[in-house]
Amino acid sequence: MVLIYIDQADQEIKKASLEAISYGAALAKQLGTHAEALVLGTVKEDLSSLGKYGASKVHQVANDSLNHFDARVNSIVAAEAIKTIGADVVVFAHNTNGKAVAPAVAVKLNAGIVTGASALPKTDNGFVVTKTVFSGKAFASLKIETAIKVITINQNSFGIQLTEGTASVESLAISVPASTIKITAVNKVEGEIPLTEASLVVSGGRGLKGPENWGILLDLAKSLGASTACSRPVSDADWRPHHEHVGQTGIQIAPNLYIAIGISGAIQHLAGVNRSKTIVVINKDPEAPFFKAADYGVVGDAFEVVPALTAAIIKSKAGA
Amino acid sequence: MKVLVCISKTPDTTAKIAFTEGNTKFDENGVQWIINPYDEWYSLVRAIELKEKDPTVTIHLVTVSGADAEPIIRKALALGGDEAIRVNNTSNDSMVVAQEIAAVAKEGAYDLILTGKETIDYNSASIGSMLSALLDQNYIAPATKLEIDGTKALVTREIDGGEETAETNLPVIVSCQKGMAEQRIPNMRGIMAARTKPLKVVEASIQTATTSIQQFDLPPAKSGVKLIDPTQMDELVRLLKEEAKVI
Ligand SMILES: Cc1cc2nc3c(=O)[nH]c(=O)nc-3n(C[C@H](O)[C@H](O)[C@H](O)COP(=O)(O)OP(=O)(O)OC[C@H]3O[C@@H](n4cnc5c(N)ncnc54)[C@H](O)[C@@H]3O)c2cc1C
Repeated sequence: MVLIYIDQADQEIKKASLEAISYGAALAKQLGTHAEALVLGTVKEDLSSLGKYGASKVHQVANDSLNHFDARVNSIVAAEAIKTIGADVVVFAHNTNGKAVAPAVAVKLNAGIVTGASALPKTDNGFVVTKTVFSGKAFASLKIETAIKVITINQNSFGIQLTEGTASVESLAISVPASTIKITAVNKVEGEIPLTEASLVVSGGRGLKGPENWGILLDLAKSLGASTACSRPVSDADWRPHHEHVGQTGIQIAPNLYIAIGISGAIQHLAGVNRSKTIVVINKDPEAPFFKAADYGVVGDAFEVVPALTAAIIKSKAGA
Repeated sequence: MKVLVCISKTPDTTAKIAFTEGNTKFDENGVQWIINPYDEWYSLVRAIELKEKDPTVTIHLVTVSGADAEPIIRKALALGGDEAIRVNNTSNDSMVVAQEIAAVAKEGAYDLILTGKETIDYNSASIGSMLSALLDQNYIAPATKLEIDGTKALVTREIDGGEETAETNLPVIVSCQKGMAEQRIPNMRGIMAARTKPLKVVEASIQTATTSIQQFDLPPAKSGVKLIDPTQMDELVRLLKEEAKVI
């Protein structure tokens, strides 16, 4: 059986976990078995609706103290639950919380783990999982040699696939150790889609000259409903907040559309965005390395091109 | 307070990524090795800052690697580590590496263990989490701030769409990323001092890998950029809608 660990924050199931269910369900089909989900804590969603993503059953440890994430506690409870349920493969989202618990769970289950999987495993001869390595510059295929296998799957690499069906929900009694971490402050940027979950991203570099010029980029993002990102020098100079920094030493993203404005396309920047499905580059220098990694390019001055693109998008949306 | 900083050797960020032996091995030809940037810029420098505030802090480095990692360990000592342990194991398997580090950690009884958010070669982001299970300690990841107050750690970590700050007693394991500290360059005095700082080599004790690399592949090359005239933004929008189907 393939079991999918469901991540939640503020009692809401993370989108990355829904994708993980679709991935787990496809893997289960390939292995001739079924997919089930494990929820720690209580969530607002009706758990039977996880059937839509491919889970036939949902196991829930319905203890409210699990509603706030603690890597140690979550991994202890998840490992106990998995031992009780019995699973051959356990799938996590490769998001912040998934990365913090999955390797600990693998230790507790004596399982081999591959983190950051980019595709379904090959299971005709052993169990071989392909993952991104060298920050997206290559792929490695790893064979997991243990009986139980753990996988974390890269966000936006498989997609959410809807099917028909509802899941049965079963409550699981697992004792929950007390957390020894006290959360003292939470600081959320309200109303923004987290970059790692965004399907459209507009990003700016040093070519925009200064924070006072970000208006044209924000207008473009607004016209598309896109999230915003930036290159490292931009966040280093505090033109934009650190959490917008994408690249090898920032956040790695894989949106459907990445629009790079005034970014040269240094190898370290590309490492964070090269898994984007479509890349548009706007740069006044035709020799900018980013054009080599782009699908569409506009050689021109961002201060003219970006407002024109925003106007074209607004016009197209009004016409549609 | 004893701090253990986990150090990994990685190719330089501009290294050419190529493979040999029928695409089963990373081609090390001409590759410059560096301290994994997350380990250096964030974990190690933050440990040095803690020591600057409180001189009783000692900084211990651990790396699980062959002898070819010694230059980067010397660099980490030059930046401000006090002593280093190299576990002589060249395994690529995170589980093996974590078990080796856990053995060192049990012996040394550290108050704080720092790892980088991930390494820039295998991108596994696993060691800290595995250590938390092996040592049964709290794990906070990925952290952007860390303060120590007596026997307590105050750690800010990234969550989806924001940050949260947590308080916990030592010992704790923290994975570090941007925000933690500013990059530093070793000075001459540090480089000289590093030559005589202790670097102990421990033989490998874990052999059973849980995974094995079968093959590497490079991503397919892009078919080439389609250039759009800057005055034709309606055309770009049309292409994004009808050809790329992304908006
Ligand atoms: C170890 C290491 C790790 C790193 N990690 C990262 C990382 O994670 N992320 C990252 O982004 N960088 C990273 N870097 C830095 C990286 O090497 C580059 O320096 C950086 O990405 C450059 O940022 P930029 O493209 O915004 O600026 P620049 O390289 O200065 O490029 C600005 C671009 O804007 C264009 N431009 C100027 N004016 C206009 C205009 N009016 N209209 C249109 N275009 C214009 C220019 O032609 C140029 O191409 C790292 C570097 C190292 C050494």
